[in-house]
Amino acid sequence: MSLTLEQVQRIAHLARIEISDAEALSTQGHLNGIFQLIEQMQAVDTRGVEPMAHAQDLSQRLRQDAVVEVDRRSAYQAVAPEIEAGLYLVPKVIE
Amino acid sequence: MINASLKQLSQALAAKQISSVELTQLFLDRIDRLNPSLNAFVTVNAEKSLNSAKAADARIAAGTAGLLTGIPIAQKDIFCAEGWRTTCGSKMLANFVSPYDATVIRKMESEAGLVSLGKTNMDEFAMGSSNETSFFGPVKNPWDQTRVPGGSSGGSAAAVAARLAPAATGTDTGGSIRQPAALCNLTGLKPTYGVVSRYGMIAFASSLDQGGPMAASAEDCALLLNTMSGFDEHDSTSLDRPLEDYSRDLEKPLAGLRIGLPKEFFGEGCDAEVMAAVRAAIAQYEKLGATIVEVSLPNSHLSVPAYYVIAPAEASSNLSRFDGVRYGYRAPEYGSLDDMYMKSRAQGFGAEVKRRILIGAYVLSHGYYDAYYLQAQRIRRLIANDFVEAFKDCDVIMGPTSPTTAFKLGEKAADPVQMYLSDIYTIAVNLAGLPGMSVPCGFVGGLPVGLQLIGNYFTEAQLLNVAHRYQQATDWHQRRPAGIE
Repeated sequence: MSLTLEQVQRIAHLARIEISDAEALSTQGHLNGIFQLIEQMQAVDTRGVEPMAHAQDLSQRLRQDAVVEVDRRSAYQAVAPEIEAGLYLVPKVIE
Repeated sequence: MINASLKQLSQALAAKQISSVELTQLFLDRIDRLNPSLNAFVTVNAEKSLNSAKAADARIAAGTAGLLTGIPIAQKDIFCAEGWRTTCGSKMLANFVSPYDATVIRKMESEAGLVSLGKTNMDEFAMGSSNETSFFGPVKNPWDQTRVPGGSSGGSAAAVAARLAPAATGTDTGGSIRQPAALCNLTGLKPTYGVVSRYGMIAFASSLDQGGPMAASAEDCALLLNTMSGFDEHDSTSLDRPLEDYSRDLEKPLAGLRIGLPKEFFGEGCDAEVMAAVRAAIAQYEKLGATIVEVSLPNSHLSVPAYYVIAPAEASSNLSRFDGVRYGYRAPEYGSLDDMYMKSRAQGFGAEVKRRILIGAYVLSHGYYDAYYLQAQRIRRLIANDFVEAFKDCDVIMGPTSPTTAFKLGEKAADPVQMYLSDIYTIAVNLAGLPGMSVPCGFVGGLPVGLQLIGNYFTEAQLLNVAHRYQQATDWHQRRPAGIE
C-alpha cells in the first residue's frame, strides 16, 4: 500500500496541520516507508483474537458526583495566548 | 559527593556533613559548567532549587525529613511542575509555565522532599530514540559527545551519566527510559503500567506511557520508585494497590532464579559485540545461582509495526489539544479559526511529531480503522499472550536493551524507520504493560551496553533484586565517562 500525495494532504487537513506541497512530498516518502514497516501486520491471521486496548483490563472507576476542584480559572488562563474578561479569544466563527 | 549513592547522600544529610543547600549548589555549579556542551537541561532555576533545598534543610533540622529529603534530582521536562517552564521538548510549549504539579512532582518534591535541579531535554513529546527531535537541540552522550544519548529521556540520561544530578525521572512509551539508560550506562526502570501516576505527565500514547526512575544503581531506582509510585485518583488508569517497599527484596539471593532467554532476542539483528556483553552478563547470573531456560516470544517481530499504529493513533488524539486556544503556541498571523489551528500546529510541532500525528489520523480514519488500528490491537494481544506463556517457565526474561551502542548524532535522523528499529527489544514490554529495566553490563569500544530485564506484572521488587545482586558482583554501573570531571 502507498499513500498518494492527495491522501497526505487530506490527512494533514484532518489533523489540522497546514502543509506545503514540498512538505507533502517529503512527508509522503517518509510515511510510505513507515507504512511498509506496518504492513507486516497484514500477514498475520488474527481472526478470533480479542483486540487489546489497554494493558490492564479494568473498568473505569466512578467517583462521587461532588465538586472536588477549586476554582483556578485565572491561573489556567494566565497561560492562554489571548483572553478577555475570562474568555478565550479566537477569530470570529459566526457572522 | 558527586558519585555518591542516594543512600550515602541521605546519610550525609542526616549526619549534617552537608546541607541540602550545599549539595544542591554543588550540582547547580556542575550544570553551569558542563551543561553548555551536553545540553542535558533545558530549564534551570537556581533560585527555585535553592528555595526547595532550604525547605528540605528545615525539615531535616526539625526531624521531619524522609529518606530522600534534600537530595537533588533532575526532572524530565514532560512532567508539569508548578511555576516551572514545562516544554515537553517542543516549540509548542516553549513558553508554557505550568500552573500545576504532576502527581510525580508532588510526591517526589512536596512529599518526599527531593529538590528539583531543573527540567531535562527530551525528544519532542517523547517521540524519538536519540533526543534529536527536541526543539532545544540534541543532547550529547557524555561517553562520546559525537554520539546520541538515546531517547526520548536523553537529557535525564546524560545528566545522571555526567553527574549533573544524582538521579532523574524518565518516561517510557516504547523504551524511552531503558534505551537511553543502556546508551549512557545507567540503571533505568519502567514500572508495570498503572504503578506510577500519569497525571500531569504530558500524554503521548496513554495506554503505553509510564514514568520511572533513572539512576546509577538498582538500589537508587528502588528508593526513587518508592516515592514516585502509588494510587492516584487523578489518573483513571492508576492502579489501586497496597503501597510497596520496592527495596525490600534487594538483598535476596538469586539461587533458583529461572532466567528466560527468548530465542527471538538472540538471533540476528543485534550487534555481535553487544550480544557478547549480554551473554557474559547472563553467565555471571549463572554463577550467582540462576538457571537458564529458553523461551519464545513468537510475535515479538510484530511489536514495532503494531506500536507504530497504536502509539501514533493515541498521539493524534492526545495532541489534538494543542490548538493555540487555551495554552501553547499560537501562530502570529492567521485568518479564520481553522486557519489559526492549522498554522499554529504547523509551526508549533516539529517534523517527527507531525509524521506521527498524520499516521495516527490515517489509521483511525474511515475505511482504515479495522485494517490498521484493530489489527494492531489484536497483535498487541498476541504479544501480551506470548509473555504470559513465557512466564510459565521463567521468573525473569533477559536480553539486550538496544541492538547497538550509542550511534552518531545525525546517523539515523533522516530515516524514521531506522530510528524506530532502535527500540525492537523494548517496545513489546510497553504493549504488554510489563515492568522492564536496563542494567549496565559492559562496554564495546568504550561505549556502554545495557542488559534488559523483563518481569511479570508487579514484579518490580524482584527485578530490582535481580539487578542489585548483579551490581554487587560487577562494577560496570560504577564506571564514569572519562573527560568529565
